[in-house]
This record gives sequence, C-alpha cells and structure tokens, in this order.
Amino acid sequence: MLRFIVRRLLLLIPVLWGLSVALFLWVRALPGSPAQALLGERATPEKIRQIEIALGLDQPLYVQYWRFLEKALRFDFGTSIQSSRPVVEEMGRRFPATIELGVTALLIAVLIGIPVGYFAARRHGTWLDQLSVSASLVGITIPVFFLAYMLRYVFANQLGWLPNTGRQEARMLDVEHPTGFYVLDAIVTGNGPALSDALLHLVLPAVTLATIPLAIIARITRAAVLDVLNEDYVRTAEAKGLTARTITRRHVLRNAMLPVSTTIGLQFGLLMSGAILTETAFAFEGVGKFVAQAIPSRDYATLQGFILVIAALFVLINLLVDISYGLIDPRVRVR
Amino acid sequence: MHRRRGPVRALTALALGGALALAAACGGGGQSGGGNKAGGGSGTKDVFVWALSDQPKVLDSSYASDGETFRVTRQIYEGLVGTEAGGTKIVPALATQWDTKDSKTWEFTLKKGVKFHDGTDFNAKSVCDNFERWYNFTGAQQNPAVSTYWQTTMGGFKKNESEDLGPSLYKSCEAKADDKVVITLTNPSASFISVLALPSFAMVSMDAVKKYGDTVEMKGDAPNYTGKFSTENPVGTGAYKFVSWQRGDKLTLERFDGYHGEKAKIKTIVFRAIGDGPARRQALESGEIDGFDQVEPADVETMKAAGFQVQERAALNVGYVGFNQKKKPLDNPKIRQAIAHALNRDGLVKAKYPPGSEVAHQWMPPAIEGYNDAVTKYDYNPEKAKQLIKESGVTDLSLEFWYPTKVSRPYMPDPAANFQAFKSDLEAVGFKVTTKTYPWNPDYLEKVDQGQAGIFLLGWNADFADADNFIGTFFQQFNPRYGFRNKEIFDILAKAEAEPDPAKRVELYKEANKMISDFVPGVPYVHNKSYVGLAKDVQGFKTDPLSNEQFSIVSRG
Amino acid sequence: MSLQVAESAIQQAEHADEAGGGLWREAFRRLVRKPAAIIGAIFVAIFVIVAVFAPLIAPYSPTATDLSQIKGPGHIPGPSSTHWLGLDDLGRDVFSRMIYGARQSLVVGVVSMAFGMVGGIILGLLAGGLGGWVDATIMRFVDMMLAIPGLLFAIGIAAMLGQSLVSVMIAIGVVNIPVFARLLRGQMLAQREADYALAAKSLGVKRSRIILGHVFPNSLSPVIVQGTLTLATAIIEAAGLAFLGLSGADPAIPEWGRMLADTQKFLTSAPQLVFYPGIAIVLSALGFTLLGESLREALDPKNRR
Repeated sequence: MLRFIVRRLLLLIPVLWGLSVALFLWVRALPGSPAQALLGERATPEKIRQIEIALGLDQPLYVQYWRFLEKALRFDFGTSIQSSRPVVEEMGRRFPATIELGVTALLIAVLIGIPVGYFAARRHGTWLDQLSVSASLVGITIPVFFLAYMLRYVFANQLGWLPNTGRQEARMLDVEHPTGFYVLDAIVTGNGPALSDALLHLVLPAVTLATIPLAIIARITRAAVLDVLNEDYVRTAEAKGLTARTITRRHVLRNAMLPVSTTIGLQFGLLMSGAILTETAFAFEGVGKFVAQAIPSRDYATLQGFILVIAALFVLINLLVDISYGLIDPRVRVR
Repeated sequence: MHRRRGPVRALTALALGGALALAAACGGGGQSGGGNKAGGGSGTKDVFVWALSDQPKVLDSSYASDGETFRVTRQIYEGLVGTEAGGTKIVPALATQWDTKDSKTWEFTLKKGVKFHDGTDFNAKSVCDNFERWYNFTGAQQNPAVSTYWQTTMGGFKKNESEDLGPSLYKSCEAKADDKVVITLTNPSASFISVLALPSFAMVSMDAVKKYGDTVEMKGDAPNYTGKFSTENPVGTGAYKFVSWQRGDKLTLERFDGYHGEKAKIKTIVFRAIGDGPARRQALESGEIDGFDQVEPADVETMKAAGFQVQERAALNVGYVGFNQKKKPLDNPKIRQAIAHALNRDGLVKAKYPPGSEVAHQWMPPAIEGYNDAVTKYDYNPEKAKQLIKESGVTDLSLEFWYPTKVSRPYMPDPAANFQAFKSDLEAVGFKVTTKTYPWNPDYLEKVDQGQAGIFLLGWNADFADADNFIGTFFQQFNPRYGFRNKEIFDILAKAEAEPDPAKRVELYKEANKMISDFVPGVPYVHNKSYVGLAKDVQGFKTDPLSNEQFSIVSRG
Repeated sequence: MSLQVAESAIQQAEHADEAGGGLWREAFRRLVRKPAAIIGAIFVAIFVIVAVFAPLIAPYSPTATDLSQIKGPGHIPGPSSTHWLGLDDLGRDVFSRMIYGARQSLVVGVVSMAFGMVGGIILGLLAGGLGGWVDATIMRFVDMMLAIPGLLFAIGIAAMLGQSLVSVMIAIGVVNIPVFARLLRGQMLAQREADYALAAKSLGVKRSRIILGHVFPNSLSPVIVQGTLTLATAIIEAAGLAFLGLSGADPAIPEWGRMLADTQKFLTSAPQLVFYPGIAIVLSALGFTLLGESLREALDPKNRR
C-alpha cells in the first residue's frame, strides 16, 4: 500500500512537469501581452517595450521558462496583474472560498443525491422513481449559470430571502478572517451574526454548484442499488425473512457504495468547472472566478500558478479516491 | 466489519452536520437580516459604505493609474491644487496661490498649519521632498505601469534607466520660506497647473515614506508593491486617514480630526469591491451599501422611481467610431463621409444611453474650452450616404468592423449593442461588414493601437479638462490607430499646445476642431452622462466631472 | 488445413458482426417502445426541422435592428400580435432570432461533437489497436488532458484561438477527445479478449484485419451513444463559454447560448429574453440526452431479456 502511494506520488512529478511546460507555452501563445494589459488605454509602443524588458519578456523562451520553474519550485509564482499581489497570497485568499463552496456543494449533492437515488430504486417504476429520474435529467441539462441567475431572480430579487451575490454582507464590519473560510472564521471568533451571514451567502451558490453532481450521484446510486437488489444474496435475504431495514443496512447500501464513492471522487473536475461559472454568476471571489478573469487579463503568473495547483490537487484527490477503494472494498486489490 | 461500516457512518455524521448548519442558517438569518435592515442605530449613521467595482491596487497615489484606486486615495491625500467641486476649474488646495511669468518657473504659497495624519508638518520642504521623491524614482519605480502619470505628464527621471524614457519636464524645487516654494521646469508648460491637480501628484508624508518604505518589485509579470507605506501605512493630509485594508474584504478610513479644513461629517468610510454591476445595484437596494458609481443606463429611471438618489455627472468623455485610413476604402474621404451619414447616432444614443447624454459631433465634450459649435455636422441620412458611396467610385464596400468585449466604459456601457446597431446601419446603405472582436485589455487596445483594425469602437475619458487631453492625444502626431498623416492638423495642434496665451489657445483648438471634423478621421457619437447611485438618506454628495468626489462633505440624514 | 480453419474463424467473426447488426436492429425495436426515447426523438426532430427550415419559418430578419422601437435604455417591448415573443433591446424580433438560433446551436453541437468524436476515435484506435508504448503514451497524454477541469481547458483553447464560433467548437471538441478516446480504447481492449477475436488471432489472421475489420466496428456502439449525449453537453458548454465571454465574433448572429449569456443583464427588467433561449437549450439538450440514454439502455446486453 505504502509503495503504491509513493509510486503514485512520484508519478505526479512528470505529469506536473509536462503540465508546467504546456501551461507556460500556452499562456505565451495567447494573443496580447501582459505589458499592454498593465498599461491599458494609456499604452504607447515605447512604454510597452520598456515593460517587456523589465519583465524579461524579451528573453528567449527557455530562459523565461527556467526562471519560472526555478521560482515555482520555491512556491513563488510571481505577482498577479489583476491585483498587484503575489500569486501565492491570492491563492491563500481564493482557495478557502472555493473549498468552502465546493465542500458545501458536495455535501448537498451527497446528502440529497444518495437518499433520492436509493428511494427511487426501492420504489422502482413508481411515479417517485420517474420524477427523480426526470429531475436529475433536467439537472444535468440546465446550463449552470442559467440556473444561477434563475435562483438569484427568485430567491434574492423576488422573495428577498437570500443574498444576491458575494460572500459577506457589505455592512458587516467587525468581522475577522483568520483562515479565509468564512464559516470557520465566524465559528472560531465566536461571531454569531457573521456565521449566519456566511452561511446565507453560501446557500444559492452551493445549491447551484451541487446540481450536476447531485443529479449524477442520484442516478449512480439508483443504478447501483437496483443492481444490488437484483443480486441473489439480497433475494436470499428477503426469502430468509430479514427486515427490509436490515437488508438495506447489511447488504444493499454497503455494496452500492463502491460505484457511488467512485463517482463522488470523480466530481472534483466537474466541481471546478462548475465553480468557474457559479463563482462568476454569484460574484463569489474564489479560484474559478479569478482564473476565468485571468485569461482575458493575460495574468500569466496567476494562470500558471493556479492551474498547476488545481491540477496537482486533482491528481492527489484521484489518488485518495483510489486508496479509499481499498478501504471500502477489500476485493479491490491495490496494485 | 467496523472499518467497512465507515463510509455509512461518516455520511450520517455529515448529514447531521449539514442539518445543523442549515438550521443555524435559517435561525440566524432572521436576526441578522432584521438587524441590518433596521440599521437606524447611531453606529450606522456614522458609517458610509461605498461599493467599488474592483479592489484598489495600491494606496500610494504616485503609483496609481486606475479610477478605483484614485477613488480611495482622493480621500486620504491632497495636492497643491485641486479642481472646484463639480467643475473643472483649478482651485487652491494645499497651495493658496501660485504665480508664473514664463510658464517655466512656478511659485506657490502654501497653506499654513497643515499637518499630515502622522502629526508631521506640511511645508515647503514637504513639497520639494515629494517632487524629489518622484524625480529620483529608480528601478521598478520607473516602470510605466508604476509611475504612469508622472511619465505621461513629466516625462523621465533624474537618471533614466531606459532609453525609451524622455527628458524630465521637472528641473528643480526650492523652499524659499516655510510657506513659499518655487518649482522650475525645463521647458515652459501652460498645462503644468492642470497636471498638479491630478491625484497622482498628491502630497504624502515623507516621514512615513522613509519609515515604512515605498519599494516596488517587478516580480513575475506585474509590479508588487512591497513597501509598507504604499499598501499599509499611507499618510496624507486629507480629511480621512487610513485605518486598515483587509484585501479582498474591505478597506476602512476614519475621519482625521486634525484636518486643516472643514472636518469630515461621517466618521467611518468603508470601501467594498463588488465586481458585478447588477449586484452593486441590488446591494444598494437592500441597504448593504450607501453608494456606487456607474449606474447602468437602464437602471437610472427605475432606481429613481424606487426612491433612490441617482446623481448625474457631467460628461467629460467622447465615444467614437474610429477609421484607420491605411485600410481601404477608408482612405477615400467620400466613403468616410458616407459612413458618418449612415450611422444613426441619435437613434443609438436615445435607445441605449441614459437620459441627458448628448449626441457628439466633435472629438471633445462641450464643457471643454475649444469646443466649436460651427463644425461640419453629419446628420443621419442613408440616402446621402448611398449617394456619396456612388460618387466615391469605390466598388469594394467591405469593411472590417472591430468592437471590444469584457469592458464597460462611461462612453460605451455596452459595446456589443453599439456595434450591432452600427453594423445594421452600415449594411443598410450597402457596406459589407465583417466582424472582429477581442477582449478590451490587452488584446483589443493593443491591436487597435498597432493599426490592425479597420473601423473600430473607442472613446476617451478626460484625465484633466483640457482640449490637449482630447484632440491633442488623438491627432497631434501620426497614430497607427488612425493611419493618416495630415500635416495641417498635426501643426495646428502642436501650435495650440505651446501657446501660452489662453485666449489664443482656445481659438487654435476651435480651428483644429473644425479641420478635424472636415477630415472625418472617425465619427464621434456620444458624450455620455454617467450616474452615481446613492442611498435615500445620503446628503451632500456632489458628483464631479473628473470623478473627484469628496466623501468628507457627505452626511446621512 | 490452417487455411480452412482460418476461414471458419473469420466466418465466426463475421457472425459476431452480424450479431452486432442484429444488436442494433433489436435495440431499435426496444427503443420505439420506450416513452423516454419517443419524447427525446420528438424534441430532437422539432429542433432539427426548425434549424433546417429557419428561413421559411422566421417572419423577420434576425439581424436587422430597429432602434425606433426602443424608447430608452431598459425599454424592451414585450410580446405582441406582430412580434410573438416581443423585441430585444435593439428592436429585433425575438421569435425570428430564436428560430435562426436553432440553426447555429445545431451547428455548434454537431461540429464540436464530430470534432471530439473523430479525434477520440483516432487516438482510441491507435491506443487500443497498437497497444504497447503507443497505448501508454497516448493514455498518459489523455490523463494529462483530463487533469485540467474541462471548462477551464475549453476556455484556454478558445482564448488562444481568438473570438470566433469556430474556436468555440474546436475548444469543446478538444475537451471531448479524451472521453471518446478512453471509451473506445476500453471497449476495444474488451473486444480483443472476446472469443471470436482470440480464435481468429490463434489462427494467424492478420492483426490489422482483426482490429480494423472486427474489433473496431464492434466497439463503436458506446461511442455512438456517447456522441448523442455529447450533442447535448456541447450546446450547454457553448452557452457556458458564451457566458464567460467566449463565443462567436458577431453578437448579431443568433445562437442560443450567446443569447442566454448576453441577456442576463435584462433578467430583472425583461426576464422573457432570458427564458426563451434558456428553455430552448434545456429542451434540445434534454432531447439528445433522453435519446442517448435510451439508446444506451437498449444496447445494454443486460437489458436483453
């Protein structure tokens, strides 16, 4: 097991290195230069040239890449054009926001998706089943940002129950953010109003972000439970006269968990894609929004740093998922 | 067995946690919502929350060049001179009077008894120290993205580190007495006094600069302001002093009780960044914020109807369709005139711009001296346009029309809408239009400035209220953007800029406007009013054509 | 001798192919009995008919603006007897724009799906067919592509290629390449182990003939199902890219995703402008998804009872 983990971690190195080269070349293939991005409307050719020299953009590509790599290894990704702050500092600010949002969304997806899928399977063929299947289909086909704006329209504009955008009510003044996870911050500092404010601001974005994973998890759970219900040992258990509850607990859920947990593990990429749209639609200052803005701003430093870290996280999470298979199902031999 | 039950148990725990969180959210929501909306306590009356569209980049005004940063620094710092509230006239600020005989040697008399927020005195030495600081910028401080306005207005530095930098307009500064200072320039410049009103030329406490540092590093692709003065300890003479800046969260200012002028009415100013336009409006409507800039044209009337204050700001801008004469058939004057007649400017301004916006007929707004009522005007007349096309003899009527995405400017709140309307107009008179589009910054600006565009949407906001800042910037020399060389126009603009006599100068600019209008280097179409949205109980707010709005005179009823 | 046996092995393989053909026929029979499939097919049919006959259906030009209809900023005329779905903010007939929008959206869906499918088939065929280091290299490459969140990847490609509908379609297509490649490779690996393939191999039939003639065609059905589903996601992804500012250069050309993204600013003043394209996208995507899912179920041997 340990050897497996070490080997997978070592395998991470070439993937990340390849990615760093690809990323480096990609940002330089984007049209428009960061010098122009810095100067905006007041740019002149002389000033652009002056900045390009100062930034070393006139150097050969391999020199630039080497300088980038050397610093990246020390976890120094340079300064963001968008905010004039070190990229690492921006990561410290944006990742907590996105993780908070993503974890909440995943919680919603799992906590609703699994029961819905389970009950749909138990009541296979009934209207309840049909309803859940159709609802999850709509959940997958509705464009994320369209859903976001509809939710904003109904719950913020029309009903006024929930805040429209952002992470915090603008008039909340005496709030400290030691960690950047607003919910956690409020709990740590014992700030009740800040806690409810942070939670309220999470509701609509988290529901939006949860929709697609929820639909997928519900569908997978339903299919997995249906498969297990058709297995001989469940029929045997039924024949033996075990109560439905015992059968559920002892056999059905546990055996259906494997495909479901695989699916949950695979939601990371989907969540990240969703986070780009969700954060943009809710002006939620997280990783997704920052990276999406970095592309038109030619924020090279941000793009390289953030995408590398996202990809590394992705690979690490996949590794964790693989390891967890072994824990859930001893039949899966980790090679 | 135990281990294998793990996931199920974990899920149950998660479910419980989630339910608790939800309960907390619902329970707490009522309280906080009520508390905030009531908002009548003495505390809230003494707080003014302003929504910026973006975070400030730095708090050192000499390093700043964007409006949202200046919005903050204007409250903290003051310059030697300023502009009158709500107007463009130069008025005394830290200097009470000034005098020059040759536009080269400028003598200033300073206000007495002025103190910086850190308790140090403001005097003639402070002025010289500030100028010497700028003049002696080195390394990354000389980067055009850092000392942008110094370089656009004053040129280079004491020791230029790049061959692209020109000579400095600044020569020396001498403190004659505590309240008398003389600044000498290398060349006469009539606009020097207007330049001093720019927020970048604000006076800062040199004690604080020395104590906290003002270093800048070019690291990665952007300047990183490592000096603590520039981000955490800005010290000026303004009505508000800096308290704290939690990046990505809020920036707080507090009334400076030792202010030399009338003390600020509201104790605390809080700046928040809300990037999404509709969200700013909704934040105002829900009472979260007290004000924001750039109300969407479509929202002006609805917000007024709902009882919010929407204050108009005079237009010091121009939106135009530019032509690149290097691209055929735009080299043909008849074609350029035809386009001018083909575009339904009145229709667009009426349909898409807020009430009070004016259809433009020349390249600068009427509020600026040098505006000429007698220029040739090209009215909307598709028939005449077709006629002109016929006369031109041009058969290939294809045009490449450029517009930017990812941008909203006062003169162009929705570029795509302008583009579509104009494209439809051009097609109606027989042009074949192909479309090109790029994100505003950097792609669009870069390509348009390199002369890649055919016809394009662009515009300009005044830095300071002077004709030179408009037509001088556009047409005084060859500009690849417009792709023409017209010696008469270049000459008259150069002459106007150097003319020391104000009256003669105005006449020259009027003449220049007429020549430009006849030459049709493009079609100006709008001088747009912009709007500030304010909460119902805000009093005393005064909009300013250069966005130099002072929060110190604002109170809440 | 060996020749004779080889012949019979090939016959057997061809038999397997026939079974493949039979599989499709049988699947079709099951398909027409499924209400979900019928509904999906109806949605898709309407979508395609509208797209093809747009010029005949649309009463007005989808691009000609009429600013005289707009009284001021924020004024958007609602539905009337002359304009069934009302006008947009530049005075264009929304119904006509919706009709023409079907055309663009169909093109976006089909072209990006085809791009991804062809690319994926080439990679998958090489990996699954040649195996060895080719397989390993291609799969590492595919893994790297999958390590970047799909939408981010698409944004990256579209941003690099510049603002046009073609670059949007390429971007969506490229993002789907690894999905198709993996699917086809997996299926081919399984088919290579199938009895007929093993038999043919043991009898010395040329590997290329086994793979191209039998394994590959027998592996295609899940790829086709995935293609149908991708038509739906491509339209949705195009809308997402439009929302982030990456779409065709000319906003006057109607495309549902673009229309949905561009009208968000009217949500409070004229929500109808947002709902029409939103609902059109959901329904068309639903159509393809229902059809694809039903097809998958119908082709699934487990359901052959």
